[in-house]
Amino acid sequence: MALVSVKDLHKSFGELEVLKGIDLEVETGEVVAIIGRSGSGKSTLLRCLNQLERHDWGTIHLAGQRLDGAAMSPGELSQNVGMVFQSFNLFPHKTVIENVMLAPVVVKQTSKAAARRIAEEVLDKVGMLEKVDAYPAQLSGGQQQRVAIARALAMNPKVLLCDEVTSALDPELVGEVLRVLEHLAAEGMTLILVTHEMKFARDVSHRVVFMHQGRIHESGDPQTLFSQPKTPELSQFIASVL
Amino acid sequence: MTDFTLWDIVRNLMLAGRWTVVLSLIAFTGGAIVGLVLTLARMGGLKPIRWLIRLYVDLFQGTPLLMQLFLAYFGAAVLGFDVSAWTAASVALTLFTSAFLCDIWRGCVEAVPSGQWQASRVLGLNYLQSMRHVILPQALRLAVPPTVGFSVQVIKGTALASVIGFVELTKAGTMLNNAAFAPFTIFALVALGYFILCYPLSRYARHLEKKLYGAGIR
Repeated sequence: MALVSVKDLHKSFGELEVLKGIDLEVETGEVVAIIGRSGSGKSTLLRCLNQLERHDWGTIHLAGQRLDGAAMSPGELSQNVGMVFQSFNLFPHKTVIENVMLAPVVVKQTSKAAARRIAEEVLDKVGMLEKVDAYPAQLSGGQQQRVAIARALAMNPKVLLCDEVTSALDPELVGEVLRVLEHLAAEGMTLILVTHEMKFARDVSHRVVFMHQGRIHESGDPQTLFSQPKTPELSQFIASVL
Repeated sequence: MTDFTLWDIVRNLMLAGRWTVVLSLIAFTGGAIVGLVLTLARMGGLKPIRWLIRLYVDLFQGTPLLMQLFLAYFGAAVLGFDVSAWTAASVALTLFTSAFLCDIWRGCVEAVPSGQWQASRVLGLNYLQSMRHVILPQALRLAVPPTVGFSVQVIKGTALASVIGFVELTKAGTMLNNAAFAPFTIFALVALGYFILCYPLSRYARHLEKKLYGAGIR
């Protein structure tokens, strides 16, 4: 059974239909890159997966359990689906370790000591252990994003959603964030990424999904997809980004 | 006619200035408490509650403080309540202050970027948890400079309480002038009195603002 199973997902913003029936299955440990032009619905799809947006039609299951509608509380949802944003969204008034410890303590009611251990473990994983007492404003964009990844991992989610996590970074800082994601992928973390990093999509993901006008236009393993696109839309897109 | 020395004038103004300070403190403290309750009710409340609070804010912001004082003092008398100038001034200034603070603070909560709500939401925090741990601490830091700045308006607003017979700095100045006939000296001193009270607060507000933006809180 697939870890994530999306069936016939529809979403409109007013008159504008952004998702026109998405079917997607993601297996445990799979790394799926979603690519496509802006406005193709890829971020909306990601935001439906953790219910930041409520879809209008269709179902989302996670490990066989329905997560959409009111089926899961935000607390439950956060322990299943983690998310990292383009703009980091770290809490500026909290230090690195406080950022990471907040949800385990408040939502999972983990003891402070245990939460600190978890936080140190995940911060070590993203290489930010030496900055535990820094405030976000004192960190570079790449460092902030690595902390944001650690913050999501601290809830031990089954799948991690990444919404253009390198788009707000200076080019020289992109690598350190991608390396962390690569490392997570190698550890068997299930990742669904919306990305503009075609090289990363090609080298690290197991499957690439090309979205076009609210639908999954083409999908497949990255090598084939990038070298032999079947549709003119994908050929054009690849030509425009590579 | 007795002669007033400059010291007589200054001494009497300083004595009356105490009541300006007390009235300002009452108005500001009362206004902050009422304003806080209104702010929280406005953000979390049901639609009719939010609508009522907005009407309240608009009413107090859209009418002169002088009329509010008249209504509190003379209006209450017409309705059969015997209110002292003290009570009327305290109530009117408290309500006036609460309306403005409610609006300032709502703005501060809304100024916290939506990404902060989203981040706490995907981490599983519910509305109250997000407010308490993520939104309010940031809104509070944003709110301090404009709140301190508004306290200057409250102090100056207390001058209007003179028209309902409340003897504070302005009223004392008027009374002294009626006896001493030295309007320029007296009202310059009255103005100086307000300036001495307000200037440190303005400076402090500016200082806080600089500190806030220096700290990198967007």
